[in-house]
Amino acid sequence: MGELSEPGELISYELSVNGEVREVTDAWFGESLLYVLRERLGLWGSKNACEQGECGSCSVLLDGRLECACMVLAAGAIDSDIVTVEGLSPGGGELSDIQEAFVKEGAVQCGFCTPGLIVSVHDLFEHNPTPTDLEVREAISGNLCRCTGYGRILAAVRAVEIARRP
Amino acid sequence: MPVLVPTSLDGVFDALASLPGAEMIAGGTDFMVEVNYARRRPRAIVSLRGVRELKGWRREGGDVVLGAGLSYAELMRPELSVLLPGLSQAARTVGSPQIRNAGTLGGNLGTASPAGDTLPVLSALDAKVVIGRSGGRRELSVAQLIVGPKRSCLQEGEVIVEIRLPAGLGSQEFLKVGTRNAMVIAVANAALVVDWVGRSVRCALGSVGPVILRASAAEEFAATAIDWDERRLRGGERDLEQFSALVREAARPIDDHRSTARYRCHAAGVCARRALERVLAKRAGDRAEEVPWES
Repeated sequence: MGELSEPGELISYELSVNGEVREVTDAWFGESLLYVLRERLGLWGSKNACEQGECGSCSVLLDGRLECACMVLAAGAIDSDIVTVEGLSPGGGELSDIQEAFVKEGAVQCGFCTPGLIVSVHDLFEHNPTPTDLEVREAISGNLCRCTGYGRILAAVRAVEIARRP
Repeated sequence: MPVLVPTSLDGVFDALASLPGAEMIAGGTDFMVEVNYARRRPRAIVSLRGVRELKGWRREGGDVVLGAGLSYAELMRPELSVLLPGLSQAARTVGSPQIRNAGTLGGNLGTASPAGDTLPVLSALDAKVVIGRSGGRRELSVAQLIVGPKRSCLQEGEVIVEIRLPAGLGSQEFLKVGTRNAMVIAVANAALVVDWVGRSVRCALGSVGPVILRASAAEEFAATAIDWDERRLRGGERDLEQFSALVREAARPIDDHRSTARYRCHAAGVCARRALERVLAKRAGDRAEEVPWES
């Protein structure tokens, strides 16, 4: 995030995150949404790796659109509905069916890319309940995983698709 | 307040007037990377994300007018890909789903990178870029707007508002070379438009010069080499090779961390040649639709 800012550049604003209004106070105005989520709001599910939109590990939903939180100006997102990976779980420590499938199919190794992939796969099923293999690959093409080789991830996505069939 | 988030174009002009030296952010896919890496230290920021006039598109006579705030993902939607197939193809090659949801057409123009994927298509379609300012507008071509690598002639207080393009003009193709299909900045890219009614060929090249280049000699050659009634090249393979050679000659690339100048010339020639082959094959009706980024 570069060196610290002058006091005059600090601002306060509110963000809507996972259905709650969260206050951000005395923040440098150029902070990314990823930085604010992790360092100011204590939401560590979105991971910080490349800070340039390459790895997808900070994927969030902004007004229902999949985006990288590292490339969103936090102070510019005041009118947006932000959903992080924390907001996709049923709550009470339970896992969503997508998260469950990742665990069961061995799609989680070091786990660093997993939250971003969970958000991307959630977004894929929102728009396309019956994706082809090519559509799955395209949907997760912005999420890098250096452990699995993607085979187990594709298997997990397919398992969700099969389980959700009526 | 050093960050303003106006919802109307007039609001943007007011914001820019009230924050001298403010920088504009659209999708943020270029801007925030520079901020994150401390390569850009804005004094103030005006966010264009919520500006209603920059969203959406409309038909106007034979033209399509695109709001500068349209995302790459929106350019890929069926209603637009029918009218602007080349632009849709180019949009689909940009980054990843995340980046295509965030990045905008106006942002691609404003960043003015020689590798901007939509820019060769806009150039080949002779796009008119409408620039707004408080109390006025002006229209520029892509070549007038982008004056050097990452340099546009946009003045303080000016905003890229919309882009005017001909609807459904002839046959269009966009091809791009990079190290993988997704998440890649072009090593070379090319847009081709063959106007069957006007009997002209337009070919624009990206990533092979300081700005987008039109391969004028190649365009003129192709227009004479095509048998416009039969919709094929009179000289077949020989004409394709000549077209490709003229494209390579038009390229003015540099060596950098992404590729060598020599390879970029070669890749531009291959992209343009394949684009012409595809256009002609499709018109002959014997080729199935391609996945846009397959090459």
